[in-house]
Amino acid sequence: MSGASGVRVGVLVFPGSLDDRDMVRAFARLGADVQPVWHKDARLPELDGIGVPGGFSYGDYLRTGAMARFSPVMRAVVDFAASGRPLLGVCNGFQILCEAGLLPGALVRNRDLKYVCQDVRVAVEDAGDFRAELPPGRALVMPVKHGEGAYVPDPEHKPRVAFRYVGGSPNGSTDDIAGVTNAAGNVVGLMPHPEHAVDPLLGSTDGGALLRSFLAACAAARARR
Amino acid sequence: MSDPEVTDALAREHGLSDREIALIGEILGRRPTFPELGVFSVMWSEHCSYKSSKRYLRELPTHGACVIQGPGENAGVVDVGEGWVAVFKIESHNHPSYVEPHGGAATGVGGILRDVFTMGARPLASLDSLRFGPLDDPHQRYLVRGVVAGIGDYGNAFGCATVGGEVTFHPRYRKNILVNAMNVGIARADQIFLAKASGHGNPVLYVGSKTGRDGIHGASLLASAEFDEDTDAKRPTVQLGDPFTEKLLLEACLEAMATGAIVGIQDMGAAGLTCSSFEMASRSGTGIEMDLDRVPQREAGMSAYELLLSESQERMLLVAQAGRESEIEDVFAKWDLDCAVVGRVTGDGRMRVRWHGQLVVDIPVDPIAANAPVYDRPRAEPAGLAARRELDLAQLPAEADPSGALLELLASPNLCSREWVYRQYDTLVGGSTVLRPGGDAAVVRIPETERGLALSTDCNPRYCAQDPYTGAQHAVAEAARNVAVTGARPLAVTNCLNFGSPERPESMWEFAEATRGMGDACRALELPIVSGNVSFYNETSGEGAIPPTPTIGMVGLVDDVTATVPAAFRGAGDDVVFLGTTREELGASEYLAVRHGLERGAPPALDLAAERRLQQLLAEAAERRLVRSAHDCSDGGAAIALAECAIRSGIGVDAELPAAGPRPEVALFAESCARAVLSCAPADTAALVELARRHGVPAARIGETGGARIRIRPGVDVSLAEAHDSWSRTLPEALG
Amino acid sequence: MKLRVLVSLKPGVLDAQGRAIEHALRDLGHSQVKGVRTGKLVVLDLDTADPVRARALATELCEKLLANPVIEQYEILS
Repeated sequence: MSGASGVRVGVLVFPGSLDDRDMVRAFARLGADVQPVWHKDARLPELDGIGVPGGFSYGDYLRTGAMARFSPVMRAVVDFAASGRPLLGVCNGFQILCEAGLLPGALVRNRDLKYVCQDVRVAVEDAGDFRAELPPGRALVMPVKHGEGAYVPDPEHKPRVAFRYVGGSPNGSTDDIAGVTNAAGNVVGLMPHPEHAVDPLLGSTDGGALLRSFLAACAAARARR
Repeated sequence: MSDPEVTDALAREHGLSDREIALIGEILGRRPTFPELGVFSVMWSEHCSYKSSKRYLRELPTHGACVIQGPGENAGVVDVGEGWVAVFKIESHNHPSYVEPHGGAATGVGGILRDVFTMGARPLASLDSLRFGPLDDPHQRYLVRGVVAGIGDYGNAFGCATVGGEVTFHPRYRKNILVNAMNVGIARADQIFLAKASGHGNPVLYVGSKTGRDGIHGASLLASAEFDEDTDAKRPTVQLGDPFTEKLLLEACLEAMATGAIVGIQDMGAAGLTCSSFEMASRSGTGIEMDLDRVPQREAGMSAYELLLSESQERMLLVAQAGRESEIEDVFAKWDLDCAVVGRVTGDGRMRVRWHGQLVVDIPVDPIAANAPVYDRPRAEPAGLAARRELDLAQLPAEADPSGALLELLASPNLCSREWVYRQYDTLVGGSTVLRPGGDAAVVRIPETERGLALSTDCNPRYCAQDPYTGAQHAVAEAARNVAVTGARPLAVTNCLNFGSPERPESMWEFAEATRGMGDACRALELPIVSGNVSFYNETSGEGAIPPTPTIGMVGLVDDVTATVPAAFRGAGDDVVFLGTTREELGASEYLAVRHGLERGAPPALDLAAERRLQQLLAEAAERRLVRSAHDCSDGGAAIALAECAIRSGIGVDAELPAAGPRPEVALFAESCARAVLSCAPADTAALVELARRHGVPAARIGETGGARIRIRPGVDVSLAEAHDSWSRTLPEALG
Repeated sequence: MKLRVLVSLKPGVLDAQGRAIEHALRDLGHSQVKGVRTGKLVVLDLDTADPVRARALATELCEKLLANPVIEQYEILS
């Protein structure tokens, strides 16, 4: 997709990040100019968008995402979000963005206490700035793989729901919420893994629609600067 | 607290025999110190020295064109093309998993991951072969939940996809469950690291987690003795692992290896610091001097004995080029891991260890490691075995309800859906999983190529109980067949040999027969054995031993991952083709056990030449894209195989199996070797059948896919919904 | 001095682990068990001998890292 070429995306890497390499590969496959960003770097390179990947940063110790949010890079990431540029948090990335206060709510342990890895179907509700290929109502099949993915809304900050599980959640999320966006619409977090749904050899390619929408939002943000 | 006096009684408590005690005296020319006693007890334990198995393992075929490193290193290494090598091994963690299922299984996974990445390979895929007692036993359910959660928690947090394995339930595993963990990693051929301690004066570095008191005597006491009334007291000997630290260790090791400053590296597993340092020195013909005071410690007041024997997890021992220590220290500091120079390589072939200024160990390396005692233990065929192999089919009541039999078999613990298990594993991290769990073999892509590896673990313990020699051959044949149905060519083998006590002649006989069978089958199929593990003492006083269980881990090579063939049907209106010949045999079958409560009869006849022809046919058929799905016929027979193809796809089938004698249940449920059920587009059927004929494989179109029923003549006609229901509910209902 | 902090899920948040433990205890025959909630015990070893300062510091640490106010509550035990 040549529309994405030249779009500069950074993928954060924390100790214990696992799907960072998969996220980098997916963005590269879609034509973005992507680089990993080490968690100890207090300054970000020039970027149009940031991806926060899945995994078990800091072993999920204390609380999933709780310690990653204090990594040196996160101050710059918070500023980046405040500037209105796109941020995508997947799985552990979603958890980290919630802990950092960039998205409302929190993720707790799956209702049946077991890690779950399976394909799920989600429906788009309000994907904020990532709307290019994500009109409300579009269904996407992507895998989830997590042990702490049940979304609990913050009673003081009703979430803008980006994605909802179709036919029930695999983890006990309140109101079957699979992903949310912030009030400004530039930060989106979700538990399913779009970066694992881009290669037809491996399964669904619906994740491509989500990632391309993110890259389109990055291109738009870059054009505004 | 000072060390106890070393007496013969103390030595015996450490698991040493009188003969070994005398040998120690000869080697040292004096009594050993207490730390030295600890060293001998772990180095000469069955688990570390292979003293009862070595003479049989020496007979195995370990050479082949693809073999770069055979047995003797941390893992085996084979060439998989385009400058890549596969590094793999399977290992047991049986006794600790029975004592503490979650912790034991988790550290089993951790240990095998380290064996792979210590060679410079990034782990690509894990598989786990698990055996438990009966599923209806609440304690077994507790063990299953714990083991599966342990494997998942460790593998998922570390970040290596768990893509396959097997789960078997059998009463003889009730007190001795088996957890065999396999891992396959990938490396560039010119970037493999071996466990060498070479270069006199080179520094020896300890990296990873600090050392604590966990797991002391895990190898010698837990893995080298049977269970008895004191089993619960062995709980402290189970090691605790931390997958997060192991992930950091992986990245740090790979980065440190890239500096070029590492001469040799070995993970610290069973018997910790002792085993790794002895093995490294032994392989290089050198010696090592170490100062235990420099070992990073997380508990106060650890003695020399404890430091040498601790099995704290996530630690490696490496030898660096003199003068380049700081490059390595910088890498480990980046990843927040301990790194300390603890010794030097010497040229005198001795291991000298100091603690608090005193020389506490001074032992020559070779008599301990390479020249450890090798035993030729007595063997005797178990009484009544020949009689148990007899089975008169005519005496068996005729099957009155083939449809009912199919549903009962589909619901039985050994044949039902395993989704409850693999849903708890991350099967996707790494973005390489082309064929996910549920089929015959998993297929993972070799990164940056169009090639792949097909992976499977197999062993039928009932076959091995009835005839260890033939049963072991079947394990090899089945593993190869599972890999071949995906379109891959079987390439090389790793093995985990699980047996009872070698001190009992019957167990020793089973071991000798099984290894002989495994070796003969691998030779016939031209499959080198490049790594493996032996686990003895899988028995409990008063309960008996496990059935002989030689688990085979098979790696096959996929030339083109886009041509990978899945196991389940792909669409309605395809032709179903049956490959191979069903013989009139039901010995040691699932049908006999589930439907008639019998474990009798010889295993199915084995025809390795036919297996070979089938493998070659399947590879070529896949390459020519003639096949839409392929599933091998094994446990439960052809009817179960067809039913699985239908259930997993949601597409029904209408087929007629070739007759095999007058009894319909034989055609349906016999477990004859060298057979598979394929589906293909009707336009390709003639070409497929002709290709089979050219390969010397019997082939016939037997029906077609489609509809909402599973009709398999003779006698089976059930709805897809009913079959799916029977097959999918067993494990969730039992385990929650 | 050492302070012990108990962090647990807020009452309205589903404690799946507590619920599983509750069912397990009842399955073992303990019908008097009416409910189970779980939490984490964090032991802080602080470089001060002043209990007031220690408590203030512990509170700050709970607010900042140890507890997530969206879903968790904390109690500083003596």
